[in-house]
This record gives sequence, C-alpha cells and structure tokens, in this order.
Amino acid sequence: MPPTNPTSLCASILAAGNLSASIDVGVGAPRSWGELAGAAAFVVRKAELYGNCVLVATTGQLDAAEALIQLDGVVRRMVLYPPDLSREHLDYVARSAEADWIVTDHPGLESSHCIIERILPPRGRSGNQNLAQGQKVETEWVLLTSGTTGLPKLVRHTLSSLTGAISLRDPSSEPIVWSTLYDIRRYGGLQIFLRAALTGTPLVLSGAQESTAEFLSRAGIRGITHMSGTPSQWRRVLMSPSANKIAPAYVRLSGEIADQSILNQLHSQYPEARIAHAFASTEAGVVLEVNDGAMGIPADAIEHTPYVEMNVKDGTLRVRSSRTASAYLSQDSLPLRDAEGFVDTGDVLELREGRYYFAGRRDGTINVGGLKVHPEEVEAVINRHPEVGMSLVRTKKSSITGGLVIADVVLKRPEQPEGSGAQALQREILQFCRAELALYKVPVGINFVSNLAVSQTGKLLRHHA
Amino acid sequence: MGLQKLRSSGARKKVGRLSMDVKAEVIAQFKQVAAEQGMQLAPLTDELALFDSGLDSLCFAIVVVRLEQSFGVDPFSANDLSFPVTLGDFIGCYQNAAN
Repeated sequence: MPPTNPTSLCASILAAGNLSASIDVGVGAPRSWGELAGAAAFVVRKAELYGNCVLVATTGQLDAAEALIQLDGVVRRMVLYPPDLSREHLDYVARSAEADWIVTDHPGLESSHCIIERILPPRGRSGNQNLAQGQKVETEWVLLTSGTTGLPKLVRHTLSSLTGAISLRDPSSEPIVWSTLYDIRRYGGLQIFLRAALTGTPLVLSGAQESTAEFLSRAGIRGITHMSGTPSQWRRVLMSPSANKIAPAYVRLSGEIADQSILNQLHSQYPEARIAHAFASTEAGVVLEVNDGAMGIPADAIEHTPYVEMNVKDGTLRVRSSRTASAYLSQDSLPLRDAEGFVDTGDVLELREGRYYFAGRRDGTINVGGLKVHPEEVEAVINRHPEVGMSLVRTKKSSITGGLVIADVVLKRPEQPEGSGAQALQREILQFCRAELALYKVPVGINFVSNLAVSQTGKLLRHHA
Repeated sequence: MGLQKLRSSGARKKVGRLSMDVKAEVIAQFKQVAAEQGMQLAPLTDELALFDSGLDSLCFAIVVVRLEQSFGVDPFSANDLSFPVTLGDFIGCYQNAAN
C-alpha cells in the first residue's frame, strides 16, 4: 500500500545527513545537497506551485536537479523534459501533462538561474491552506520516451517506484563518488541522481557544452568511484584518450544490450573495477543486474530476483514489481501493465544453455546508441517519397552504437533501378529522411527489394534481429 | 579473425580489395560521412585523436558500416580488440584484419 504521507525527496536528502556532498557539472561552483534542498528561487514560490503541474525543461542538469528536489512533495505532477528532445514537442508535452508552469534556465549558463513561468492561468483552487497545514503531495514524476508516431510518450512514476531499487548505503563501506554518462532527465541518469541524493553522495555530471574528454578528466580529478552509462557511451569513453583519467571501482552498463566485446574491453581498461550490466527501462524500472562479466542473463536470475517477478511469455520478458511505471499519461496510449500487473518489456529473450540472451525487440524498435527508433516513424517518411511503394525499416547491427537503421524499399515502378540510377534514388530518399528526421533515425543504407512479406492481418512482417 | 570472416563469407573478391589502399579508403569514408552529416572534419593525420576528428559516435558507426561494405570486415566486432584512439590506430585495425 502506498504511504499516505510519503517522504519527499527534499526531506530524504536532509535525513541522509551528508549535506556538504555536492553535485559538480563543471560550470560554476559545485552545489551541495544542502544548498539544493534550500534553493531560494523555489522556496518563495512554493505556495503558488502547490498542487500544480510543472514542466521541468531546463538545459543544465544542475537546474533540473534543483527543480526536482524542490518540487517533489509540493506539486501534483512534474515532467522531466530531456535536453536532447526536440523543443518542437514542448507544446504537446505541456498540453498532455496539463502543465500549469514551466521551469527553464538561461541556455549556456549552468549556475542555477531557474526561471519559473506560468503557462496556464490559475484554475481558481488554492493550495495555500493545505501547504500551511504541512500536507505533502505524492508527486507524480513523468518521464518521456520515444513513441511510434514520433511524439514522445509520457510515462508515470512516483518517487517510490523510482527509488525501489536503491538501498541505503552501509555507513562502514568505502566512500563513494557517483557519476553518470546519462543525463539525469533520462531514466538511467535519474537512477544515479536519486541514488546519490538519498545517500548523500557526491555526484559528478557532464556539462551541456562539455566534451567527453573534458568530462572524464574532471571526473578523474573528482575521484569518481562509480560510473554508469549505456554500452555506446562506454565505447565512446574507451575511444577517448582520456579513458585512463578515471579509475572506477564500479562500472555499470544499462539502456542497451551489453555484448561480450564491450564487457571484455571495459575489463581490460579497468581491471580493478566490478563491471555490471543492468536491465532497466523507463517503463519496467530497474529489473536486475548481472555481475558475472558475461553477456546475457543467467536463467536463475529470471526466476529468483528479490522484489521482481519475471517471466518470458510469447518470447518476450515480462516484469512485475513495485519499480515499474504505473501507466502512460497520454490518452491514446495502450495500457502499460497487463491485467495481472506485468509490464511487457518487448525485449525478445532466447534461452541457450542456462542463459537468456537478448535477441532484439519484438516490435522492431531499433536502439541506436541508447536512443530508440521506431521503424514505423521512419517508414512513414520514406513512404511519402513519390517513387516509394512501401518500406520496411530494420536494425543493422553496429559494433559502435549497437544498432543502426537500415531500410528495405519497394518502388512503385515495376523494374529495379540499377547502377547510377539506383544510387541517385537512394541519395534522394535519404535526403528526404534527413529533412524530416533526427540524424540517428536516418537509414545508413537503402536496399531496393522486389517485395516485402505481409502477414494475413495485413501487417508488415518484422523479424527481430 | 577478420580474414577468417572474409573467407567464410565467401567474399573472395573482397580479399583482393583489401589490398587496395586501406588508408585512402578510410579517409575517403571519413570525408564522405562528415559531408553527409554536416560535420566539420579536422585535418586527417595519423596522430589525430578520433575524438578530435569532428565525428561523433553515430558518424563512426556509419563509417564502420561503409568500410565493412568496402572490405568485408568489421574489426571492431572482435571480442578482444581494444578500441582505437588515433586515426592511425583506426587504420591499423583494418590493416591487421587483412593480415
């Protein structure tokens, strides 16, 4: 049963005690957890913000951190808008979430200048009295993930679902300095932010303008001990001349399938480190962590992971735990959980010799360096080209980004183009895609094919990788 | 590993193509992908750190796909290979795959 008067993030930070530990983003002075818990910009507005919905759309991570700490337990709902998400969706997200307020900052400045502006007129209800009585709100945390139509999906969490996998640190253990290659507005980064906040641990985050090399040097100087990121982010670290500037005791991979090659390469670069790959997603929450240095998941971990029930049904992993999201916020979305409370991750698992291996996504979703690409979205653009009859977008495996986008295209004309004619048409279709899509969604190649398999229900047959 | 892959894939003619100037092909692809993606390339010397080349991870991934089409190998798919840091290392990975 959910607690009726939950402890807010701010109160938890104050309770953790280590208020001088700081967040460092490389620009301006680091700010301590204590300062962030008492940030003046919000304190004076709390009565107005009480019970409202707020869109947190700052560029800097420190400003976002301040807003999240200040707003949890005060507002009814807050939406975490990641900086890499196109601003053209801001309106759609604000409307879907019924946001009353937006929190922004001065681009380029990361020295905490949150701007709190009203975007919806007051709705005539005042929360001042409730606030005066010290009543806390259980704030809904809304995270954004990509949807099939190109519009982001809004995923509902609470502080307790987000922090379900976090155990409070044993005070006798070695001092920890956390860092993450993720942005804290993404699920993977938010996990590390909350972990550091609830345990009063120093946290080193990347600055908006900072290169990976500069970030690694700074992280090294700050003495980070624990760092998380996607396999693609870690590959980028390994390719950097500054990879040796950090000496982590714990390296965590999540957000994409970790293959044996990246696990081995991290082990050889950081031989002292414990290297773990975690399975977690915005919808399914933190599911499990694999620590044996091998890719895939031991079968017994699927059967026996504390607090998380898992099963493989129709080939995909389904998860039930208190850490999953509760629902999608958008009206037109499918239910996030089934009738039994399980979240279908959509990840296809194959059992081989006592271990489960990921074999791609059932719906064909392509993971390009941790960014999801829905084939339908790319197909819709390709299909608008006047010469294209139909198309199928699928994964091309990549040793650098895990996956890349590739397209099979059936042309309207009966004969296949050849030679320079085919090349010119490929270029034209790709130009068409570049004009409409983010670069990571643009296919790296177009194959002209004579037909595509269609199921009896009239849907394109998608084969997972 | 690389050569085994070439032979097992039956792409015999590509073995011959590997003897083509690996370096010239790598540089051509760097330039091609940078142009397509609208990236500014640094002067391409052997000592250039890949990080400073002006290409991001997505660009590298595309370069590797294109070079796989040219040479028939992706040296970075090997489990035991350490990642290249400079352009010279990167070219070396392809040259080693040929030997």
